[in-house]
Amino acid sequence: MASEQPAETFSPIFGRLTLDWIPIHEPILIGTFAGVALGGLIFLALMTYFKLWAPLWNNWVVSIDHKKIGIMYMVLGFIMMVRGFADALMMRGQQAMAAGGNEGWLPPHHYDQVFTAHGVIMIFFVAMPFVTGVMNYVMPLQIGARDVAFPFLNNFSFWMTVSGALLINVSLFIGEFARVGWLAFPPLSGANYSTGPGMDYYLWALQIAGVGTTLSGINLIATILKMRAPGMKMFDMPIFTWTALITNVLIVAAFPVLTATLALLTLDRYLGFHFFTNDFGGNAMMYVNLIWIWGHPEVYILIIPCFGIISEIVSTFSGKPIFGYRTMVWATACIMVLSFIVWLHHFFTMGSGASVNTFFGITTMIISVPTGVKIFNWLFTMYKGRVRLEVPMLWVIGFLVTFTIGGMTGVMLAIPPVDFQLHNTLFLIAHFHNVIIGGVVFAIYAGVTYWWPKAFGFQLDEKWGKRAFWGWFIGFYVAFMPLYALGLMGVTRRMNSYPDAGWQPYFIIAGIGALIILFGILSTFMCFAVSIMNRKKLACGNDPWDARTLEWATQSPPQQYNFPQELNVTGREAFWHMKKAGFKWSTDYAPIHMPKDTATGVVIAGIAFVFGFAMVWYIWWLAILTFVAMIAVGIAHTFNYHRDYYIPVDEVRQTEAKGALT
Amino acid sequence: MSTVTSSAGKSIVEPLADEPMHHARPTSGHETDHQHHSPTPIGFWIYLMSDCIIFGALFATYAVLGYSYAGGPAPIDLFEPGFVAMETALLLFSSVTFGLAMLQADKQKVDGALMWLGVTALFGIGFIAMEVYEFNHLIHLGAGPDRSAFLSAFFALVGTHGLHVTFGLVWLFTLMAQIKMHGLIPANMQRLGTLSMFWHFLDLIWIGVFSFVYLVRLV
Repeated sequence: MASEQPAETFSPIFGRLTLDWIPIHEPILIGTFAGVALGGLIFLALMTYFKLWAPLWNNWVVSIDHKKIGIMYMVLGFIMMVRGFADALMMRGQQAMAAGGNEGWLPPHHYDQVFTAHGVIMIFFVAMPFVTGVMNYVMPLQIGARDVAFPFLNNFSFWMTVSGALLINVSLFIGEFARVGWLAFPPLSGANYSTGPGMDYYLWALQIAGVGTTLSGINLIATILKMRAPGMKMFDMPIFTWTALITNVLIVAAFPVLTATLALLTLDRYLGFHFFTNDFGGNAMMYVNLIWIWGHPEVYILIIPCFGIISEIVSTFSGKPIFGYRTMVWATACIMVLSFIVWLHHFFTMGSGASVNTFFGITTMIISVPTGVKIFNWLFTMYKGRVRLEVPMLWVIGFLVTFTIGGMTGVMLAIPPVDFQLHNTLFLIAHFHNVIIGGVVFAIYAGVTYWWPKAFGFQLDEKWGKRAFWGWFIGFYVAFMPLYALGLMGVTRRMNSYPDAGWQPYFIIAGIGALIILFGILSTFMCFAVSIMNRKKLACGNDPWDARTLEWATQSPPQQYNFPQELNVTGREAFWHMKKAGFKWSTDYAPIHMPKDTATGVVIAGIAFVFGFAMVWYIWWLAILTFVAMIAVGIAHTFNYHRDYYIPVDEVRQTEAKGALT
Repeated sequence: MSTVTSSAGKSIVEPLADEPMHHARPTSGHETDHQHHSPTPIGFWIYLMSDCIIFGALFATYAVLGYSYAGGPAPIDLFEPGFVAMETALLLFSSVTFGLAMLQADKQKVDGALMWLGVTALFGIGFIAMEVYEFNHLIHLGAGPDRSAFLSAFFALVGTHGLHVTFGLVWLFTLMAQIKMHGLIPANMQRLGTLSMFWHFLDLIWIGVFSFVYLVRLV
């Protein structure tokens, strides 16, 4: 993230990459780099010392086990959350300082990159991996499947997401990142106004990760449609599986639009096309329309699986079936459809006229009806239930309160005349952080706490878990309530500095809120560390929460084949009824049909990373080489016809006899 | 098949008296592991739908920008109906020949299937060659994609379709090699089925391109 751009040069070998693009004169970046390098070296040394490279490669990197891929998605999400949150702290620090003539500590060129990176990372490389990770881990277990429909594709999707994330992180130390805001509206993001590699890092990182997201969406839909345990009808599926299905439908319907839109912008930038330029007939507002046709469903892609997580937890910790199962499913399906006809509310100020704005204002308000149905279903599930206030349930209650407030400010923004006042102000920023932190983050934390014992066989430390919750919960309100107030005062978003010193106290309070969230995040990692150290003491059985769905019917952690026998399911909440009937697994095993691990996914994704880097820097020979190599490796993979094997009965018997925790 | 239950009697779960339909029990035996049909056809269908949406976005772009000539040439100045009709004929016939290849494959006739796949490839190559020629011709006329938003939208839409056909051809040749190596085994039959869907899908998209990009603009 260099402060000033070096002169544009071109060499056939290195493209436009020169040593000037290494930001050695940036103290912040040098410090970061030193930290990352030191941490990286310690990590490498430890890995080598404990001889962990081969296990990492064999058990994780090439694994096509949906459970391991799910866990790796979560690890990616937490790592990138640290990066995205560091950006947030930098912005809060800048805005707490830069009042009344003070310029703060981040020059505009750097600050603009920070807010762009924050948004892009938090949405694409934190929230998306989180929801994809939970869906990957939990959904196949909930439907009694051995794995997803296309296990190799699943591994490939994950590594493509990692490639995109890596490309964004490389932009920190080689070159710069985009300075355009997270959705990169042209003409600012076009070739004339965004020179240098920053915008191209944005395009290629999202394009590469987007391939992974789309394929993963296809994969999970096919899994739900085709891999359910015999007898499980659609309306027998757990709510979380329903929300996973609907989310992935949204992914498959919306992400291609993002792919197309970014491709058109890429053509504008690389080959001089005129889709979104100011001249030659281009139309920049078309980009804004297209990107929000993806962007609005995207926010539902993030929140709908979270609704599913909340449903599972509320039901388990209230000791009751979910209230209004069918209304829950239909409410989610309504949101799926409605999410495609509200996109224009993101730019009422475009000037489409009163009738168009009215239409989109009303459709937006209608979305709050099915969402309200869900909130009341959760409340009625708790009503007269035996509610156990354990850590997952704390997050759920935090979610219910906070998300409802965020939803209501959303309805305010849906009123076009109000939006004309609040458009692009900090009120909007407060609103979407209110629903994304209060909705997605809280629900993901609830889900992580809830399913951690499933994934690892021991529970998370309760004390640190509660500290993480209170840090996030209080921190959120302290950080974002001042932004609502500032937004109503007319403070616009993305300001590097501001003249009115009267705003400064609000920004300082917001900064303190960010520090409280920092305490929550640190507590999270403490929680993981303490729990892993005390794993013997925290060890729990297969079903620590007295849960109701199939994932708890098998060992914790589950064996690679998930279930020793195939289950025959009828009715909802299969596991609850199995428990009541005194279910035990039979010892009459059959050989289990499993897919084989493969390195093809990580190899193609690795080449895709180099391809992206080459395209960013105009290193054409390398781009051509890596493009051909990707296709060649993909084709070579299709010549392998031996992709599955059977686990023999003896081995199944042995692993089942040993139990989970050995 | 789904009613097969464990033969190890002691662990079978009896239905509850009050809720006769709520129970689950393990099944055993090899056959149950295979009772799921392959998810590949439905998965590929879903992929095609996502691809269809990419084309939808490109069609929409063409609809918005198709009249933004920026003082440059319009469709009537550039497109030749006979040429496009020829391109269309090549692609449509390639779908027919692919169908004939599928008929041969269903009868497990390797040579016949390969022959018709070869003919399909020739038609496909002919189509791509004509498209490359057209693009080249337009760029030489000064009607390249950087001339106007209309031409940008035209090149993006038609070019994306052409890229798909090109990848379809790469897939076709790969599969022909694999059929030569292993014959029409179930795995190859499944691949042939998915490629067939892909090929017909591209035909369908082309009908949209032909009507919407060329035909209505020439009337």
